[in-house]
Amino acid sequence: MKKRIQWLIGTALLLGVLYVILFKGLPVLFYQDLPFVPLFQRCFYVLLLSSALCLLRVMFGPTAADRIVAIDILGILIVGFCAILCIPTGRNWYLDIGIAWALQSFISTLALAKYLEGRNLDE
Amino acid sequence: MSDTIGMIFIGIGLFFDLMGCVGLVRMPDIYNRLQASTKCVTLGTCSIMLGTFFMTGFTSTGIKALLCIVFLALTAPVSAHALSRAAHISGIRLWKGSVTDAYRSDRESGPKSGGAQ
Repeated sequence: MKKRIQWLIGTALLLGVLYVILFKGLPVLFYQDLPFVPLFQRCFYVLLLSSALCLLRVMFGPTAADRIVAIDILGILIVGFCAILCIPTGRNWYLDIGIAWALQSFISTLALAKYLEGRNLDE
Repeated sequence: MSDTIGMIFIGIGLFFDLMGCVGLVRMPDIYNRLQASTKCVTLGTCSIMLGTFFMTGFTSTGIKALLCIVFLALTAPVSAHALSRAAHISGIRLWKGSVTDAYRSDRESGPKSGGAQ
């Protein structure tokens, strides 16, 4: 019963935030003159919601591995954010940032996994 | 037309990103969380990149998006596998509702038959 109430509260919160993002107009903070902005603005807010969920796992994760997984997924979300950001602005160096971020996230995840496993880094 | 196809791909990618992050919060175990949240890489962000490629065509932005798809699809399963292996070796227990643990029985029975060669 308690678990079902938790499910209901979580689902209602998530659907409420999604309703506000998709159907109410949240303020546009940047690049108002460019095309596609009312559509891409909602994409940005959905990705921000996903990043907030990842940060919840970073805060409350019981073990270190949970935090590493959440940081990895946060890096992947930032790569997607850069990919969406380069379309309405028309500047393609955002994708350079995305590629570099993916590389750095991969290397740091491998290093943290080796550290968690208890081996040396030069093995 | 290509803008419509690109926006459909971006919508699919955003849906998978959101559902992967909900799974990252909701699942009870590190291994289940990893299994749910790795979908956010290959189906979420790669789909967003594919939508970017469809919306821009064969410009420098589209080529960079394809390059990023290849890179993400190569590296993300490797990092997920390394993380799950490290979590299992460092002694994190499975969830109490888990049925079987094949990796532990492999490690206890065979003296490094698979990994060393």
